Amino acid sequence: MTTLTPYHAIKVDPDKCIGCTHCMKTCPTEAIRIKNGLAAINALRCVDCGNCLRSCPVDAFYVEHDNLHQIEDYKYRVALFPAVMIGQFHEKYSEDQIYQAVLKLGFTHIFEVEQPISLLVNEIKGQVREADSKPLISSFCPAIVRLIRSKYPSLVDNIIPLKVPHDLAAAFAIETLRKKGIEREEIGLFYVSPCSAKMAAVKRPLGEKESVVDGLINMKDFYNRIMQVISKDQVEDTSELRKHLRRDGILWSLPRGEARHFKQKSMAVDGINNVVKILERMENDNVPDLDFLELKSCHQGCAGGILLTGNRFLTVERLQKRSKRYPFIGEDDLGCVDCNAIEPTLKGEPILPNYVFALDADRMKALEKLQKMDRILCQLPGIDCGACGAPNCHALAEDMVQGKAKMTDCVFLQNRYLNENKIDVKRATRNLENTWGQNRFDADCNKKGGRNEGF
Amino acid sequence: MKLEFDIASGDFSQAGQASSRIKKVLKQLQVDPKVIKRIVVAVYEAEVNVVAHSLGGQIIAEFSNEYVEITVQDCGPGIADIGQAMTEGYSTASKKVRDMGFGAGMGLPNIKRNTDELSIESTVGKGTCLKFKNNLNG
Repeated sequence: MTTLTPYHAIKVDPDKCIGCTHCMKTCPTEAIRIKNGLAAINALRCVDCGNCLRSCPVDAFYVEHDNLHQIEDYKYRVALFPAVMIGQFHEKYSEDQIYQAVLKLGFTHIFEVEQPISLLVNEIKGQVREADSKPLISSFCPAIVRLIRSKYPSLVDNIIPLKVPHDLAAAFAIETLRKKGIEREEIGLFYVSPCSAKMAAVKRPLGEKESVVDGLINMKDFYNRIMQVISKDQVEDTSELRKHLRRDGILWSLPRGEARHFKQKSMAVDGINNVVKILERMENDNVPDLDFLELKSCHQGCAGGILLTGNRFLTVERLQKRSKRYPFIGEDDLGCVDCNAIEPTLKGEPILPNYVFALDADRMKALEKLQKMDRILCQLPGIDCGACGAPNCHALAEDMVQGKAKMTDCVFLQNRYLNENKIDVKRATRNLENTWGQNRFDADCNKKGGRNEGF
Repeated sequence: MKLEFDIASGDFSQAGQASSRIKKVLKQLQVDPKVIKRIVVAVYEAEVNVVAHSLGGQIIAEFSNEYVEITVQDCGPGIADIGQAMTEGYSTASKKVRDMGFGAGMGLPNIKRNTDELSIESTVGKGTCLKFKNNLNG
């Protein structure tokens, strides 16, 4: 696998970021530091889970996406969205009304990502049957795959090397249109993403060479646009467009949506902090005898995706109701489409570990750094206040041995040095300003944070 | 580089802390994941043994460029017949311990399977000292 600079869809808006500590404290991989009064994301460590975006009190994180106008470049414009998209809408809007609104936005065709789910289910079941080392871990959630690569490298072989469902869905859409005599070059395939992790996976896929999607649309943006054009009247029947959709597909991205196909010998965990705990146990060989492990970074699965609008539990509820209107997967779900043509698109390349948490590739040096960290930790207060711009004392010590921070970054140590006349007040202030920005220590009744926070 | 952990008797909720910490260090040293797994499984089993059978003890992990050496020293009943204790499925664990999902008699055999060198010294009525060593390069 070639090494590329990791791409992340999550960016920090420097005009909005107030340099507080919320994101830094909540990041599951300790990828965020505060520098010059702004949050800085370490691209090697970030797994695109979106915890930072959720915790930000001033909405300073945003997700990069393509402009909807780009669809105009194509003769046929395909909107490809996961079924969870429909779950955001109030029950008073019918599926027909939502579909019609998408067509109004300029799309010529609509596909829900989970339509060819029967292929995926069969493939995963086959791989689970043949696996030597169980449980196999779902590769559905890109944030989890990235987390395992970097933090749990011993478990990479347990990940099912499959492409993400939207790639399979794209192949299915292209094949369906090809049957109608439409060439690939004429099609603009636009994937509507429920989260930053899937966005990053489309731009820079793991376990596959390149993504087949032509453009990426932020689901929040998409939802807003639909709400602007949606009709409240009776609209024409669009159910033909959903004829391949199955109950299993609609439930797929929700908790147990995948695991339910493996009955008792499976487990489903949602929420990245919960996932971390299970992976820790799995590394210790301390999980029950399971065939399949479904791990999703967001609470309530994709219904809790960071680009969804509304309450995740309501979304789950609506999708469960919706799924009951559809049949279970059966034999000839995909009808006219040639399954042989799209099945090869299922398999991804093996996923390799990515040792971003190693202190040094040279073991002697790594050992020295560990010992140095141990000595530094004796000096630090151990209260994990974050005033140094690192999430905790341990992380600061690690930054120090990597040459990214210094002893005076700790406000407690700095106070000691002041008392011992080792540094002067001017230098101490400058040190603090390096982390928190200029004029950060002045009184300001209008500053954001503190009482203005939206808690 | 040396790490020390005190292990309290009967505190199953804390079992796993030493192995987790040792695992973190091994990852920072970029040890091969398969090698890490063997060490961590062995340390975890040893931790549970101290919690389940002894009156408390200590785990010391020493890291060098090539090896990790683990010493598990406990105060407690000791093992009367080490050969028997090494047999898979042989267990002296109480029903209470077994009901918690421990004490299946796989502890010591599992440690042996996952270590390169293992020595056990035990004095009945005093305690057990377990030493094992794994090569970090597999």
